[in-house]
Amino acid sequence: MSPDRKSHLKRLEDESIHIIREVASEFRNPVMLYSIGKDSSVMLHLAAKAFYPAPPPFPLMHVDTTWKFREMIQFRDETAKRLGFNLIVHTNQEGLAQNINPFDHGSSYYTNVMKTDALKQALTKYGFDAAFGGARRDEEKSRAKERIFSFRTANHGWDPKKQRPELWNIYNTRVAPGESIRVFPISNWTELDIWQYIMLEDIPIVPLYYAAKRPVVERGGQLIMVDDERLPLEPGEVPQEKLVRFRTLGCYPLTAAIESDAATLPEIVREMLIARTSERSGRLIDHDEAGSMEKKKREGYF
Amino acid sequence: MSEVAENLSAQDLIEYLAQQENKTLLRFLTCGSVDDGKSTLIGRLLYDTKLLFDDQLATLERDSKKHGTVGEDIDFALLVDGLEAEREQGITIDVAYRFFTTDKRKFIVADTPGHEQYTRNMATGASTADLAILLVDARKGILTQTRRHAFIASLLGIRHIVVAVNKIDLVDYSQDIFEKIRDDFAAFASNFGFKQIVAIPLSARFGDNVIARSDRTPWYKGPALLDHLETVEVEDEQLAKPFRMAVQWVNRPNLDFRGFSGTIASGTVRPGDRIVVAASGRTSTVARIVTADGDLDAAGAGDAVTLTLADEVDISRGDLLVAATDQPEVADQFAAHVIWMHEDHLLPGRPYLVKIGTKTVTAQVTEIKHKIDVNTLDHLAAKELGLNEVAVCNFSLSQPVGFDAYTANRGTGAFIIVDRLSNATVGAGMIMFGLRRATNIHLQALDVNKAARANLKGQKPVILWFTGLSGAGKSTIANIVEKYLLAQGRHTYMLDGDNVRHGLNRDLGFTEGDRVENIRRVAEVSKLMIDAGLIVLVSFISPFRAERRMARELVEEGEFIEVFCDTPLEVAESRDPKGLYKKARAGQIKNFTGIDSPYEPPENPEIRLESGTKSVELLAEEVIALLRSRGIIV
Ligand SMILES: Nc1nc2c(ncn2[C@@H]2O[C@H](COP(=O)(O)OP(=O)(O)O)[C@@H](O)[C@H]2O)c(=O)[nH]1
Repeated sequence: MSPDRKSHLKRLEDESIHIIREVASEFRNPVMLYSIGKDSSVMLHLAAKAFYPAPPPFPLMHVDTTWKFREMIQFRDETAKRLGFNLIVHTNQEGLAQNINPFDHGSSYYTNVMKTDALKQALTKYGFDAAFGGARRDEEKSRAKERIFSFRTANHGWDPKKQRPELWNIYNTRVAPGESIRVFPISNWTELDIWQYIMLEDIPIVPLYYAAKRPVVERGGQLIMVDDERLPLEPGEVPQEKLVRFRTLGCYPLTAAIESDAATLPEIVREMLIARTSERSGRLIDHDEAGSMEKKKREGYF
Repeated sequence: MSEVAENLSAQDLIEYLAQQENKTLLRFLTCGSVDDGKSTLIGRLLYDTKLLFDDQLATLERDSKKHGTVGEDIDFALLVDGLEAEREQGITIDVAYRFFTTDKRKFIVADTPGHEQYTRNMATGASTADLAILLVDARKGILTQTRRHAFIASLLGIRHIVVAVNKIDLVDYSQDIFEKIRDDFAAFASNFGFKQIVAIPLSARFGDNVIARSDRTPWYKGPALLDHLETVEVEDEQLAKPFRMAVQWVNRPNLDFRGFSGTIASGTVRPGDRIVVAASGRTSTVARIVTADGDLDAAGAGDAVTLTLADEVDISRGDLLVAATDQPEVADQFAAHVIWMHEDHLLPGRPYLVKIGTKTVTAQVTEIKHKIDVNTLDHLAAKELGLNEVAVCNFSLSQPVGFDAYTANRGTGAFIIVDRLSNATVGAGMIMFGLRRATNIHLQALDVNKAARANLKGQKPVILWFTGLSGAGKSTIANIVEKYLLAQGRHTYMLDGDNVRHGLNRDLGFTEGDRVENIRRVAEVSKLMIDAGLIVLVSFISPFRAERRMARELVEEGEFIEVFCDTPLEVAESRDPKGLYKKARAGQIKNFTGIDSPYEPPENPEIRLESGTKSVELLAEEVIALLRSRGIIV
């Protein structure tokens, strides 16, 4: 790349690498959270680039709710191996013992226990003082106001009124024992940037992003994939094979598929350009109430 | 953009994407006071560039009915008020970042609120912006706040300004009013160092001159706002400057590879270039520019790279690598503009952390030269700085660092100020010039005396004299206090039986005479330490009033703080940490205070600690509170 005018993707890439290196240098015990989605796949790729030729100097961690799509878990293990990351998988064992699930307990309680609590447990257990997350500011209103280095109290809470001013590319990385920082190196990327970068850099993503025939049931206007026999079918519900794909990946009962025939990256991008609904609408948890993300963040969710 | 995509074949799409990918990025900032129409303008830009998704539109329509301020119309402002607290109170409390794309460019907008925390937030948004849009209400014209916005933008080094004369619909699209505002602005901003000022008559609410020129302002011949944003040349000025790169990370995967990773702050670099480590002056030659995409022939400002050098040079994180032909200043003192960002005031002499590039050092403000009234630009005298205040200050750092003046190089002239106790980011600085001791400091100030030594440490010297029975908790409490002082960046020393009796006073026993001599020596040593500018913690039983008075009289008024650890004998004896009381009672130790030698309690101690009843932490807090109330710590 010649040092003339840089494309916006290169500018974004450089900014992210700068952030990732800053964390690796200044924190005692950082970890990269891996959600297996496209955004965190991009983040992993950037981390690998940042330290080349050395491997990234921190582990990956996946908070497994046990309700992820099977293909995601397989992809997770392959990816960690391919990039030479040390992978930590954490599940809230108490939640698991009580069989907390999205059907009997509702999506928000379930998310609280199996995601938010689980994440807090893991951060405390390993004593991580910094955790990378793949959130973007264009995803949701409260994220638009969150810092790249987002300070968390010892209870992992976020106080939107007490954010540290963040100037230039000089980041304040100081925390007291027990406190931590969530770092969002791809804050300034948009969904389109992510897809363009995936194409440009040939980054592998979970096959669920590509259209294929998959068994689904329709609920409240959303298509829910029947990934395994744990999905309780309602009376009269019969899974149907439909050509679908996912715009965003989470826990399978909480993430809706869309009907689509986009089976290649350019087709996905094309579909995205035409799309008239924003990405998070495929995630059921954001529908609960306005301000729900802000609330979750205050409680320690990413 | 959706229409574009809909008509694309797969091949076209790939071309379309390639073209997208080569778009440049413009980062800009919008500023305006409450109700100038800032949110409406941003909402309008997002809306008119068709960046809203159906569900966002539906939410917007729903919210407009619920909280909107414009009747049945869509209230664009609601698009950008992000936090629940903000929506409820109808205010904006923080910087938000928005993204939009047109066929020509990508944009990142820093949206900063107009409330009291304005300066801080605006400075934050401006620090990464190439251009600022200053909103002016056409009905009100240039106000104090317009001047303030312009000043802060210029302080942060923004070179391109758009004066958005908004609500032009409310002044009947008047050309005269517009031109007067344009000219007024040009007049007062003439010495702000802006490269380009473009004034545009706008109606954010109705869309005039936002994305297209409006028929209602036929007299206006300039570009619509979006046109201007898409085409304004913000050539990367950093590229033309001398090479600078702060080392973030030393990359050493194995013995054969040693690379220095960082983001190039300015200039370009090629293999073969001579470079210097700014602070140490060591030189080497660039061997390779390593990236995960292969080695580069050249890299420039903004690139995140890893350099390997031809020689083994001692380089670590925080070092600034610079062009050998054009080096920055290296100094441990400089003058800088400071924007204070915290409720706790900036206090000269108080130690802070300063992070400049990737280097963090201890620093203090030695002097506030003057405060700048951001509304009038008047210079005012100041002893401290409060939230949102701007000043020119002299800084003294714990070690020399490499830097350029901020106006010459935004990448190497900026720093943040961090509080050492709370870790909060409390200020931002823009370096003006280095101060060289030899030339810039008056010889008078170099008189070496107690005041000068204390000044250098940024503290008031004082003796904390802990007295009380054996086992009263003197050393434990003194220890906690010392730890706290150290964390505050204070320079301290503790004198106690352990470090004095084994050396300096090795020749003394426990007879009354020896006890007096013991305390006399401790008092004299404390006095020397006061002269050295230290905070001295003395922890001795020191049973006699006379010796304590002698110690007090050796130093100046206010420099002696008597801390009486008041523990009843039974309590001290029951603790008996070293088993001494037992031995004394058994007659194995003679002249033991409280048993067969008297303890004379202080009559007027500065502080009395009831160490029988409270925890040592609480008692230490009481001492700290006293120090605070006396201005010894803050
Ligand atoms: N007539 C008119 N009203 C406007 C214009 N721009 C904004 N407003 C109104 O001014 C009020 C304040 O606007 P808002 O965008 O919330 O201001 P902010 O505080 O700067 O973000 C709202 O009632 C807007 O509808 C304009 O160009 N013309």
